[in-house]
Amino acid sequence: MTTSQHEISDEIAKIQADSPKGAPLLDFPPYRSTTLRHPTKEPLHVDPEGAELVAPVFGHSDVAAVEADLTLQRGGDPIGERIRVHGRVLDGDGRPVRRQLVEIWQANAAGRYSHQGDQHPAPLDPHFTGVGRCLTDDDGRYSFTSIKPGPYPWRNHHNAWRPAHIHFSLFGTDFTQRLITQMYFPGDQLLALDPIAQSISDPAALARLIAAYDHSQSEHEWLLGYRWDIVLTGSHATYLEPSDD
Amino acid sequence: MTEATPGQTVGPFFHHALAFPGDSELVPFGSAGSVVLHGYVHDGAGVPVPDAMIEIRQADASGVVPREGGSLRRRGAGFTGWGRSCTDGAGHYWFSTIEPGLPFFAVTVFARGLLDRLFTRIYLPGTADAVDGLVATREDDGRLRFDIHLQGPSETPFFTFPRT
Repeated sequence: MTTSQHEISDEIAKIQADSPKGAPLLDFPPYRSTTLRHPTKEPLHVDPEGAELVAPVFGHSDVAAVEADLTLQRGGDPIGERIRVHGRVLDGDGRPVRRQLVEIWQANAAGRYSHQGDQHPAPLDPHFTGVGRCLTDDDGRYSFTSIKPGPYPWRNHHNAWRPAHIHFSLFGTDFTQRLITQMYFPGDQLLALDPIAQSISDPAALARLIAAYDHSQSEHEWLLGYRWDIVLTGSHATYLEPSDD
Repeated sequence: MTEATPGQTVGPFFHHALAFPGDSELVPFGSAGSVVLHGYVHDGAGVPVPDAMIEIRQADASGVVPREGGSLRRRGAGFTGWGRSCTDGAGHYWFSTIEPGLPFFAVTVFARGLLDRLFTRIYLPGTADAVDGLVATREDDGRLRFDIHLQGPSETPFFTFPRT
């Protein structure tokens, strides 16, 4: 028998009754695919060395400015609610992450990815791939123009729906700051039901994945603005004692 | 320190966004001095993981970690020391690269069903002070082989760093 949302929500509540954690729990059975894919051993505590201390560098030869506008890429207007998502990428000490790569991907307005593996019977949009890139500026700022993604069903349990989200891939100044995450939208009733979002058991930490509506970025008769700032972990550059060798 | 933004799984639908031509070729495949670093990603039942993504970061042959752009448009670019490989249907990843002048490749692992990235290292064969379980094997044809086990009796050692 397929598990119901009620049973999944019960499982989530039981796990979250323990001490809340700001990072996602890797062993999180309500998200069924984690069962055989989470490490069971404690991670080794290691001081970063060599290549771990230096993030890859990207430049304007890597990314064209047009890649930040997901509504322009397919020779016609995509269907949906036009949005701008902007914010800053900061390191754990609050410093801007400058001229660094941000990659995003998302479903279209109907909740369908332009990916051959997505079999959800919602329409593909010929004018929308849902893929974008940009470089942050000297103040760590990024900005994308896109379409608000739709929620979509998945097979984790019966009547399971992912809240609307945009995937973000981020780099810092250290390789150890690498982050892939998902940005959610304010007021989404599906967040409380979603095992992927709820794997972050600390509500304050989960709130850091939810963008804020930003009317200052909305444009008259054109689009709605959202602001989402991203904080990476700390850089080790000024933290570790210089090594002798 | 400001509270970090939490991670989330890369999900199943990342290939069209994150894969790019030449992503796993830090140097052209088959070029002089190149080596292939490859392996399989397995889950806790030993089943290949066809929707994982591996990234490596490394020094050049002289031990310098490059700070050069150009990874996303490799044609004509120099050695950037960073690459990305999405596993295929058999859970296989591969890179064409050079052997670093420092003893390991820094590695991040992402996958559907994996709620946050994992960090590890792949050491070159013969490294004296390598972490147990993280040394690549030299195959007869010269390729470096390293399999990643997310779970199970051969579980790969993964890392946490002081500020993560």
